[in-house]
Amino acid sequence: MTDNALLSGSVSALRQQLRDRAVSSEELTRACLERIEACNGKLNAVITMCSELAIDSARAADKAIAKGDFGSLTGIPLLHKDIFCTDGVRTTCGSRMLEQFVPAYDATVVSKMKAEGAVMLGKCNMDEFAMGSSNETSFFGTVKNPWDLNCVPGGSSGGSAAALAAGMAPLVTGTDTGGSIRQPASLCGVTGLKPTYGRVSRLGIIAFASSLDQAGPMARTAEDCAIALTAMAGIDAGDSTSADLPVPDFHAGLNHDIQGLRIGLPREYFNDDLDPEVRERVMTALSVLEQAGATLVDIELPHSHYAIATYYVIAPAEASANLARYDGVRFGYRCDEPVDLEDLYLRSRSEGFGEEVQRRILVGTYALSAGFYDAYFNKAQQVRRVITEDFTRAFDRVDVIAGPSAPGIAFPFGAKQQDPVAMYMEDIYTLAVNLAGLPGLSTPAGLINGMPVGLQLIGKPFDEQTILNAAHRLQRDTDWHLARPQLEALAP
Amino acid sequence: MSWETVIGLEVHLQLATQSKIFSGSATVFGAAPNEQADAVDLGMPGMLPVLNEEAVRYAVKFGLGIGARIGERSVFDRKNYFYPDLPKGYQVSQFFAPIVCEGVFEVALEDGTLYPIRITRAHLEEDAGKSVHDAFSRETGIDLNRAGTPLLEIVTEPDFRSAEQAVAYLKALHSLVTYLGISDGNMAEGSMRCDINISLREKGSDALGTRTEIKNVNSFRFVERAIHSEYERQADILDNGGSITQETRLYDAEQNVTRSMRSKEVANDYRYFPEPDLLPIVIDAEYIESVRATLPELPGAKRMRFTAEYGLNEYDAALLVPNHSLADYFESVVTAGGAAKPAANWILGDLTAALNRSETDITDSPVSAKQLAGLIVRIEDGTLSSKLAKQVFDALWAGEGDADQIIEARGLKQVSDSGALESMVEAVIAANPAQVAQYLAADEAKQKKLSGFFVGQIMKASKGQANPQMVNELLLLKLNDQS
Repeated sequence: MTDNALLSGSVSALRQQLRDRAVSSEELTRACLERIEACNGKLNAVITMCSELAIDSARAADKAIAKGDFGSLTGIPLLHKDIFCTDGVRTTCGSRMLEQFVPAYDATVVSKMKAEGAVMLGKCNMDEFAMGSSNETSFFGTVKNPWDLNCVPGGSSGGSAAALAAGMAPLVTGTDTGGSIRQPASLCGVTGLKPTYGRVSRLGIIAFASSLDQAGPMARTAEDCAIALTAMAGIDAGDSTSADLPVPDFHAGLNHDIQGLRIGLPREYFNDDLDPEVRERVMTALSVLEQAGATLVDIELPHSHYAIATYYVIAPAEASANLARYDGVRFGYRCDEPVDLEDLYLRSRSEGFGEEVQRRILVGTYALSAGFYDAYFNKAQQVRRVITEDFTRAFDRVDVIAGPSAPGIAFPFGAKQQDPVAMYMEDIYTLAVNLAGLPGLSTPAGLINGMPVGLQLIGKPFDEQTILNAAHRLQRDTDWHLARPQLEALAP
Repeated sequence: MSWETVIGLEVHLQLATQSKIFSGSATVFGAAPNEQADAVDLGMPGMLPVLNEEAVRYAVKFGLGIGARIGERSVFDRKNYFYPDLPKGYQVSQFFAPIVCEGVFEVALEDGTLYPIRITRAHLEEDAGKSVHDAFSRETGIDLNRAGTPLLEIVTEPDFRSAEQAVAYLKALHSLVTYLGISDGNMAEGSMRCDINISLREKGSDALGTRTEIKNVNSFRFVERAIHSEYERQADILDNGGSITQETRLYDAEQNVTRSMRSKEVANDYRYFPEPDLLPIVIDAEYIESVRATLPELPGAKRMRFTAEYGLNEYDAALLVPNHSLADYFESVVTAGGAAKPAANWILGDLTAALNRSETDITDSPVSAKQLAGLIVRIEDGTLSSKLAKQVFDALWAGEGDADQIIEARGLKQVSDSGALESMVEAVIAANPAQVAQYLAADEAKQKKLSGFFVGQIMKASKGQANPQMVNELLLLKLNDQS
């Protein structure tokens, strides 16, 4: 088997090859590790590699496979976003604050995937504390988009998306608080799923905004996302907000049949602000689904335009508290020679956090302050309910809501960095989904000027199956998801 | 000017759950620093709280115990502030929707009258850790064993008008929570800490004056003294035409003064908002009833029953009931056959004195309830005089066996055999002719006094075992026979 076949194979195909003993996990793992070593200098997608650990796990997987004893991911190499705590492996969250932080515990997602036999290769770069849409806020440097090294990969799970697109691993994890899986998936031409809030345990995931954070898989196909989601999901006694619902076998639930599927197109997404080329790609993808038996329905999400304002009150407010624990006292970055307690706090946090993180802490602190709480936080909570009701009403008429994943293609470094609001607009189509706690995925819908564009499909609460199935059908009828950047150009 | 004191209290009650409110760590007092702190208590990245259901049940028990309304849907909030012993940079508390809502707690004053105190609310929260300033030179240690310990903060309306009322409330509260079994109430270990809000106003006025808050007072006596001292301070300021600054103060027990805690008069902005990591606590009627079914008899009801069922006076009942173990001991004595009134007297008298002397808790009393009952039975049936009874009690305390064994071993049986007593009386009369003559010559009042001499001689001759009542009767008879 050629390295290229290994490095562009889907989880479902590789899984079959592993089980057929056509390839060993060790071979596959070594191929991925070599690929990371070859390309990471250019891409900076991986912060921490754990090669030895990976080889050990791969060998263990090979033994298990030889015995016919395998889980859903046995032997499959995997990269985790560096927001998932990994026992004994440095977990930075893209921040100087946690540059040296080595947890003594695995996130539930990590232990679940480990239990299914996945082989962890390392940890992916990301925007600092998941705050960003371009991966430019990472303390460990920007991640390059493998489709164009002058462009951002999106964020905050930019390292994960870039690594996946560059063939470093067939499966990566991400988290999505306002679009952080779907937007980079769109910009890097991969499939990314943000599950329903509560579907996947948040335990061991470094918190950004607790009521919005949700972990999900990114992979080369919707089918792979279905396999990975089944492994990741489920109630966790350690996360009170995880949902006490049975987890279906999402992979077994795929069937290509979307006959009669009603897909809603919100007017607010397809208005004049939408880039014409993005509209064209998204509509083309939707027409494929229409031909497969789906009906397109014109719907309204009348409060969509409040989503950004609402999100940028709630998320920073929660973040301002979640990030208070990084005070230089117990773990994480501590400034040199603090003269007193206030100096310890002030300098540890000023030196340990980057600009965007500090900006959001300040915004959140302000929104919760006496005299502003009602005007900002409380109002935002009310609007959040209204936005959720918009979706609830729309889902009376349709099964899935569709739109773009991002307003455009990957943009050059620095293009939006000086203008936070322009950067926040990157998530205009994704934020509301987090506010409403709904599942959403991004699947490739072709290229613009050689750069990928994503179609977003939004589902009813806990109905990941339907959006996965629609994407699965789209990926049978089209080959956009098979488009790959020039892998050769990435290696030196 | 004549000032009226207006006081409201906030009590932080440590709940006696096995583990912490949001983690599995133990809550035992006195463990080595940080041995009872896990990743959740340390606020490690990615860690999440999981609510301890036992803490909820204890809070509901308390609410039912004071007849308060239980919040159908209570919510945890984050209270944000930076402090080294607050690991997450926020305390999880309940601000907007507490678990226990308004109620009225009737406090029995010493004379048995009930004084109603309005409870504003009681809410669940986690305790912070402890900063240790004396363990290292020039450095402060942080001990997070206490971080995450469940607290119930119980807030009253400003319904107290004196330190004595405040202390009576605290004692009644202490009694209630130990009855409910929701707290050990150990004040020395910080299980019950009190913040005192105090202001003065002109007698007869309805308006509230500017208050100060005295933080973290941890004994009944200190509460009383802190209030008195703060009253003096505020009255002095007001008498001199000054005004009170709203501020937080600390009570210095050694100097018996309160001191301002913060130099800056900046109000803390805690930026409360709903804790997104925890679901609201939803409590339905069924749950409330299931908790209600587990409530023990509470102090108020027990006091009434003790007076009605055992004929105790209010005073004795009020002394027996607050300590659950003492009340149980009393009932065990009665169940074992001891008459109620003497049982109360012995328990509140000699037994309590002995326990206090040896700093022993009633639950570890060397004299069992059954043994005390055995003693009381022998007093009631005339076997023991009260004088002998004290001897027997001391022997019981020393572990010399049951009352009957001691009486037997020491030959302490009271002599009530009239034949034997008669001969003793006669022998004493015969041996003291001069005193007899003196007695016969005296008037009635003097005779009474002089008879004491003969009683004393007879008791001495009987080694204290003669039944004094019978001796008196026989003596009178025999002396009058002499005339």
